[in-house]
Amino acid sequence: MASLPADPQLRATLQDGQLRLEGALTVWTLAQLPPEAPERLELSGLTRLDTAGAWYLAGRTAAGATLLGLAAPQAKLLESVTGALPRPDPPPAPEPGWRRALDATGRWIMGALVFLRELAEYLGRFLAALWRGIRHPRDFRLTALVHHCQETGLRAVPIVALMSFLIGVVLAFQGAAQLSQFGAEIFVIDLIAISILRELGILLTAIIVAGRTASALTASIGSMKMNEEIDAMRTLGLDPDMVLILPRVLALVITLPILGLIANLAGLIGGAIMSWVELGISPSMFRYRLIAETSVDHVIVGLSKAPVFAIIIGIIGCHAGMKVGKDAESLGAQTSTAVVNAIFAVIVADALFSVFFAEIGL
Amino acid sequence: MSDNVIEVRGLRTQFGSHVVHDGLDLDLRRGEILGVVGGSGTGKSVLLRTIVGLNPPAAGTVRVFGQDVTALHGPAREALERRWGVMFQAGALFSSLNVRENVEVPLRAVPGLTPETRAGLAELKVSMAGLPWNANDKYPSDLSGGMKKRAGLARALALDPEIVFLDEPTAGLDPIGADAFDRLIVELRDALDLSVFLVTHDLDTLHACCDRVAVLAEKRVLVSGTMAEMLKVDHPWVHEYFHGPRARAAIATGRSKE
Repeated sequence: MASLPADPQLRATLQDGQLRLEGALTVWTLAQLPPEAPERLELSGLTRLDTAGAWYLAGRTAAGATLLGLAAPQAKLLESVTGALPRPDPPPAPEPGWRRALDATGRWIMGALVFLRELAEYLGRFLAALWRGIRHPRDFRLTALVHHCQETGLRAVPIVALMSFLIGVVLAFQGAAQLSQFGAEIFVIDLIAISILRELGILLTAIIVAGRTASALTASIGSMKMNEEIDAMRTLGLDPDMVLILPRVLALVITLPILGLIANLAGLIGGAIMSWVELGISPSMFRYRLIAETSVDHVIVGLSKAPVFAIIIGIIGCHAGMKVGKDAESLGAQTSTAVVNAIFAVIVADALFSVFFAEIGL
Repeated sequence: MSDNVIEVRGLRTQFGSHVVHDGLDLDLRRGEILGVVGGSGTGKSVLLRTIVGLNPPAAGTVRVFGQDVTALHGPAREALERRWGVMFQAGALFSSLNVRENVEVPLRAVPGLTPETRAGLAELKVSMAGLPWNANDKYPSDLSGGMKKRAGLARALALDPEIVFLDEPTAGLDPIGADAFDRLIVELRDALDLSVFLVTHDLDTLHACCDRVAVLAEKRVLVSGTMAEMLKVDHPWVHEYFHGPRARAAIATGRSKE
């Protein structure tokens, strides 16, 4: 066979506990050896021996076999392989299954608690940096803030508007199909207005921003962390909280309510267009009923969640970025963790808000 | 059959309009350790990559074991690749596999090996590369730079190659680790009858292990020969390289060891 180096051939003959090997004993011919353990090995016919062959011979010698007729250079190789044979560490005493399960659960819970504690720490660091920025406006990085407002806010406008527009269309379409069954088509306006203004507009915007911005925050801070840029900042007397965290999180806090408002508008426009096409409700009728019947409380409830969502997304993204280690793998892992955690936390917070507003009757 | 395992003739490498090598000739003799040195950006690693076929040359021939590397394809090329091992600068270990599994990757090409045999051989190579037993189950992200290099060397040695390419084996190691690595290279060469192509910046490594040195400058191999011969070359860069303060320190330690 041409594909194997130097066409290794091995002839193994086993007789009365003596294994006679002729040809090449290499990694390529190792599989041709008989599985039985011989007592003596006759090796004068060996033309080639590599470390894999020597490993086999060393194993046989350790099992008590004797080697006959090994040439001098091959004996030298066998000697160095025997010298290098790994000595396994004693295996650790096996732990009972319940203990391992308990151990894993404990570690998981501790990990979750530490994660929450660290998030609280980063929230505190953001607030402290904000306070410092207010007291010493000269330390505040306005250029960075504007840059991040553009990145997280302005650039997200098209996707947020399109998404919300389509949600409005879907709501109008589905609502029309159901409500027209009992002649209550006109209530589709209330359905669209309340669901978009109160919940969907801001929640879906926050989810899109969590996907876009949390990953970008983690990636940008994480790659700086990998490069030791953050350590360099500290040694130069720059506070990473002021330079990195404050502008990024503050930009989110500023832009997310604006994005939410844009999403509300786009959703209502989408709903109005679909109501017009599907149910013949004219835009002026839509506007009249929207203003007359829908309380402005819904908008307030919806937009009041935006800054909280923004802080959640920003803190989780920055925290994950700071947790990136030295290797690229941890950057990827932290980025996906940040997105998942941010979306999950936004939804949990939204649920808590619902309970809260229901309790206070808004 | 000539005694050169690698013969590079008239090699020209270029990236766009940037010519890295032009008319480069180089030989690696059987059983020797050849140190390839040169300033930063003279294309030492590029030369290594060209010889193992990762960079197609613009002109010239690269012969390994008398076969033209650039003309080989398919099974013949695979057979040739099994006769050399490459250790990349940072080890280039597969990050999703632990050390043992990394070393087993080339062994999977061998038909008929049982998983136990593969694991046993991999553990032997890990041990020969000077790593402790407990390194077998560790993942690359848990290893220090020196350990990654050793694991990369273990993987390069998995199929008992005849030529080993080492890209900056001692860069980034502390002097003790670098010293141990130098000794490991010489020991493995003696035990396994290797020919070693070693790209390095480390003057101590050159003194400690290399039989011959090839200096890359002006887009070709400017001079090649033993360390003693290098010291007599009067080309300004070569002279500066082998007679600078660091070189003198390396020579002094080399003498005091002898």
